[in-house]
Amino acid sequence: MKIVVPVKRVVDYNIKPRVKADGSGVETTGVKMSMNPFDEIAVEEAVRLKEKGVASEVVVVSIGVQQAQDTLRTAMAMGADRAILVLSEESPEPLAVAKVLKAINEKEQPGLFILGKQAIDDDMNATGQMLAGLLGWGQGTFAGKVEVADGRVKVSREIDGGTEDVSLALPAVVTADLRLNEPRYASLPNIMKARKKPTETLKAEDLGVDMTRRLTVVSVAEPQQRQAGVKVGSVGELVEKLRNEAKVI
Amino acid sequence: MTALVLLDHEEGRIRKSALSAVTAASQLGDVHVLVAGDAAVAQAAAAIPGVAKVLHAADAQYAHELAEPLAALIVSLAGGYDQIVAAASAVGKNVLPRAAALLDVQPIPEVVSIVDAETFVRPIYAGNALATVRSSDAKKVLTVRGSAFDAAPAEGGSAPIETVAPATNPNVSEFVAVHLSDSERPELESARVVVSGGRGLQSEEKFHILEPLADKLGAAIGASRAAVDSGFVPNEFQVGQTGKIVAPELYLAFGISGAIQHLAGMKDSRVIVAVNKDPEAPIFQVADYGIVGDLFEIVPALTEALN
Ligand SMILES: Cc1cc2nc3c(=O)[nH]c(=O)nc-3n(C[C@H](O)[C@H](O)[C@H](O)COP(=O)(O)OP(=O)(O)OC[C@H]3O[C@@H](n4cnc5c(N)ncnc54)[C@H](O)[C@@H]3O)c2cc1C
Ligand SMILES: Nc1ncnc2c1ncn2[C@@H]1O[C@H](COP(=O)(O)O)[C@@H](O)[C@H]1O
Repeated sequence: MKIVVPVKRVVDYNIKPRVKADGSGVETTGVKMSMNPFDEIAVEEAVRLKEKGVASEVVVVSIGVQQAQDTLRTAMAMGADRAILVLSEESPEPLAVAKVLKAINEKEQPGLFILGKQAIDDDMNATGQMLAGLLGWGQGTFAGKVEVADGRVKVSREIDGGTEDVSLALPAVVTADLRLNEPRYASLPNIMKARKKPTETLKAEDLGVDMTRRLTVVSVAEPQQRQAGVKVGSVGELVEKLRNEAKVI
Repeated sequence: MTALVLLDHEEGRIRKSALSAVTAASQLGDVHVLVAGDAAVAQAAAAIPGVAKVLHAADAQYAHELAEPLAALIVSLAGGYDQIVAAASAVGKNVLPRAAALLDVQPIPEVVSIVDAETFVRPIYAGNALATVRSSDAKKVLTVRGSAFDAAPAEGGSAPIETVAPATNPNVSEFVAVHLSDSERPELESARVVVSGGRGLQSEEKFHILEPLADKLGAAIGASRAAVDSGFVPNEFQVGQTGKIVAPELYLAFGISGAIQHLAGMKDSRVIVAVNKDPEAPIFQVADYGIVGDLFEIVPALTEALN
């Protein structure tokens, strides 16, 4: 079984995002970019399934600008076998990404797609669900545990009140939540090896996908900032302030 | 204009965030709600003031609100609606994007404000920026953040209930089991007070130190990702960018450093209290009241002082 893992290049999670002065978006030039953290978890899961003999090949795909090549290299250094870069604008919409991935499915015919649950830049949390819809496949979103057996995948999902287990026919789509696994660091030899792994570069048009945005950004603004308050010296003082000043207890 | 709101529920109760979705949808036009499964929930939905009609999907395949059959059902009903709306809950986030894809629509997740029928505000980058976006899709599919809209009242209306015919089930998924943590405490997302613990709590056993305080305040208990990852509490306690978004009257953070991903989930609280032994902890930058000190001394003292 082949597994395809879509990986997105995003502003590194340690960087505090800054809104551009003209309100057109968030600054990404000159900012450290990394693989979306959820996608590292997705890659790790796919590589572990390969190590267990469940998967035969792990293919990573990124849809974005040329520099997304670096993100694909990182994924290959973690253990993915090869990569596909689909050139487009920097942060395409989930609907367009899902359509590109559907076209990739036709080429690659994987048994499983594992995506991240959410890209931490646009915080959409939509692409995996949309891809599953377009393919008519089952979806195991927000996965905390994944088991493949007997032509099905059992997924334990993190939900509002606890966890839910679902069983899906293969092929299927899974989206990784934080506790699915702890991604490995790529070792230096593996980073060297990854350089020799193949990357195919395509254009979204080659796949016949219309990337036109449905959502136009009118403006991007900073949210109202909270002011730091006061430090109090004792529990008694805190209780007094909560009672008489803030009036919350 | 008429909106269809997917009203998700748990253990026979409508989720509070789904009631907020009703409020948001009523800003757009008339509101119909869709209840999958539980007939008692459909009855309860009929009593929400402002709901013009309840669609009840009674067929057994909808009992667990699985995304595959439910999205197919929404698509079969969508023709009559200008907007499809749900809470940005685990159910809404699972089902609506799938339905949107089948409708060839780009969904608008986690809406916090409705400017007009085309234009919506949503947080991006863990809430470090607010994007105003305009949708060119004929039909809008959106999830709304519960903390940003008041919950619709639960009583006062009397809408008709219509049973809807099932749509073709893709038959690719099966419900196996659900494991809900039973708690006597208020729901995290709608509690008036939240007591939250981080890695500073050190262990599952020590995390219990927060309980008497939460009892005293009638509070829900929350946690940072680090506390969840370390196994102190289950995943549903997590507050943050990728956990629950809360905006209580009072949020107390113990042993939480204040990473942006955590702040994303609680910085809209009315009053924030932080207790941390590190005076430089970033949580103090958003806290109205801070105490620098050892939480293992402060928590019991605070619990005592509230007597
Ligand atoms: C993709 C992604 C998503 C994430 N999503 C979330 C999310 O939704 N929610 C979330 O919370 N995090 C999230 N995180 C993690 C986040 O970046 C931080 O790692 C996490 O919030 C840290 O948790 P913490 O504050 O409990 O731990 P730490 O940062 O380790 O802080 C512990 C604090 O406790 C204090 N302390 C220790 N002992 C005591 C004591 N005895 N008394 C008083 N204070 C004490 C320390 O001074 C320190 O400030 C996410 C990260 C990523 C990459
Ligand atoms: N441009 C992209 N290239 C590759 N994968 C993507 C892209 N955008 C989203 N994804 C995948 O979809 C997941 C969810 O993203 P989103 O729906 O945008 O929050 C991510 O974690 C990735 O696995």
